[in-house]
Amino acid sequence: MRLYVRYLSLLFRSQMQYPSSFWLLCFGQFFIPFTVFAGFYFLFERFGEVRGWTFYEAALCFGVVHLAFSIAECFARGFDAFSSLVAAGDFDRLLVRPRSVALQVLGSKFEFTRFGRLLQGFAVLGIAIGNLQVEWNAVKAATLAFMVIGGALVFAGIFILAATMCFWTVQALEVANIFTDGGREMAQYPLHLYERWVLVFFTFVIPFGAVSYWPLLSVLGKTDGNGLLYMVMPLASVLFLLPCLAAWSFGVRHYRSTGS
Amino acid sequence: MIALEGISKSYRVAKRAAGFREAAKALFFREHTVVDALRNVSFDIREGDIAGYIGPNGAGKSTTIKIMCGILVPEAGSCSVLGYTPWKQRMDYVRRIGVVFGQRSQLWWDVPVIDSFEMLRHIYKIPPADYQRTLALLTETLDLGDIVRTPVRQLSLGQRMRCEIAASLLHEPRILFLDEPTIGLDAASKIAVRDFIKTINREKGVTVILTTHDMSDIEALANRILLIGKGTLLYDGDLPDLRSRYGNDPMDGLILRLYREHQI
Repeated sequence: MRLYVRYLSLLFRSQMQYPSSFWLLCFGQFFIPFTVFAGFYFLFERFGEVRGWTFYEAALCFGVVHLAFSIAECFARGFDAFSSLVAAGDFDRLLVRPRSVALQVLGSKFEFTRFGRLLQGFAVLGIAIGNLQVEWNAVKAATLAFMVIGGALVFAGIFILAATMCFWTVQALEVANIFTDGGREMAQYPLHLYERWVLVFFTFVIPFGAVSYWPLLSVLGKTDGNGLLYMVMPLASVLFLLPCLAAWSFGVRHYRSTGS
Repeated sequence: MIALEGISKSYRVAKRAAGFREAAKALFFREHTVVDALRNVSFDIREGDIAGYIGPNGAGKSTTIKIMCGILVPEAGSCSVLGYTPWKQRMDYVRRIGVVFGQRSQLWWDVPVIDSFEMLRHIYKIPPADYQRTLALLTETLDLGDIVRTPVRQLSLGQRMRCEIAASLLHEPRILFLDEPTIGLDAASKIAVRDFIKTINREKGVTVILTTHDMSDIEALANRILLIGKGTLLYDGDLPDLRSRYGNDPMDGLILRLYREHQI
C-alpha cells in the first residue's frame, strides 16, 4: 500500500509537468458526462417519472455510478491501459522487479484528469440528495459510501479481466468496453427500467445491481427489508474481484510460458 | 554461478499467406507453426565473468536472457542462477540481479532521474544508508552529478544509458544482464559505458552477461564468448581461443566467418 502511494505521488509529479493539458482534460472530463446527464434530465422532464422512478431518485443512481467509474478510472487505470504496457514490452520490466505484478501494473498509470468527472459525479449526487425527501441516517450514509466503493471495485474488476485478455490478443479489447462503458451507461439508470434478464445479469454475473440498484431501493425507502442487509450488499463487488484477480494471475502464467 | 542445462523453448507463430482471401480466412481459423527459439542450450558462467552473448538477429539471445531473468519459463531443461531457479522463486531471485534492456527505459520519463532512483529504492526496499553509499559511488564513477536532476526525456541517449545502468545497480546485484547496452550510442558514450562495466566487474565482482551486435564491445570487455545461431549454441570459449582458431582478423569478419561456417 505504501508503494502504491509512492507510485501515485511519482506519477502525479509527472502529470504536473504538463499543467495546461491537465486542466484541459479535466475540463473535458467534467463536461463529457454532463451532456449525458443533460439527456437524462430531458428524458425525465418529458415523461415526469419513468416506471415509478422520479428524476432525483434516478439521479442518485447516476451520481453513484459515475463517481464509482471515475474513481476506478483514476486509480485502476494501470489495468485499463494495460495493452499499451504489453505492446511496448514494458511488462517484462515489471517481472524483473521484486514486487507483486498486480501492484506494479496498478502503479504503472493513473488518470488524474478523471478528477473532472469525479467532480461532476459529486455535483449530481449533491443535487439528488438535496432534492430527495429521504431521512438520512448512519446506515443509509454508509450504504451510499459502500455503493461508490463497491462500484469502483466492480469497474476495476472489469479492467482486470480486460487486461487479462491482452495476454492472448491485443486487439479484442473493444469487447471489454461493452462492459466498462456499456455497464456504466446501463447502470446509471435504475436497473428496474430494463427487462428482467438485464437485472439478473447485472446482479449475479457482473454485480452492478448489487452496488447500485438494490441498495438504492433501501436508501430510497422503496423496500421493507432490513437496511443492514442492503448496506453490506455492495461488498459483493469483492466477490467479483477475486475471480478477476485469479484470471489475471492465470494470464500472467500463460504469458510467461508463451512469451507472446 | 549460472548454469543452463538443455534449455529449450519454442513459440507458436500464426502463419498466413498473403492476399485478402487468406486474411479473411484467418479471421476464423488460424494455423500455427511452431518455431524453435532455443534448442538444447547448455552453458556455465563463472562468478566474475564478463560473458559476451552474440548471434544474429532472431538467434535466441533475448529469449535466453529472458529465461535467465525469470521472465519466461522454458519448455525443457534446467537453469540455476545463484542457486535459484529464476522462474520459480521470482521475487527472491530478481532482488539479486540487475537488468538493462538497451532498447527500453526503466526510468520514469517525466520526472528527474533522481526521483526514479528514489522510487527504485522503495521498490527494492534498499536501506537508506546502503542507498546513499551506492548512489554516491555510481554518481562518481558514471559522472552523473549534473544529470540526475534533469527529467529523463531531456537527456541524450548516452546520458540516459548511464542512468539506466546506474538504476539497475542501485540494489547492488551480483549479476548484471545487459541486453544491447551500447545500441545507438556515440563513440564517447560507448567507451564510457564499457569502462564502467569493467570497473564494476573488477571492483565489485559483479558478473556481467551482455548481448551486443557491436564486436568492439566484445573485444573490449568479454573474457568469455557465447555464440548462438538458430537457437543452438555454436561456440563457447574465450577470445584467445577464438583468435587461435580463426587468426587475427578484425572481429566482425571473424564472427561473419563463424556465422557462415554454421550456415546461419
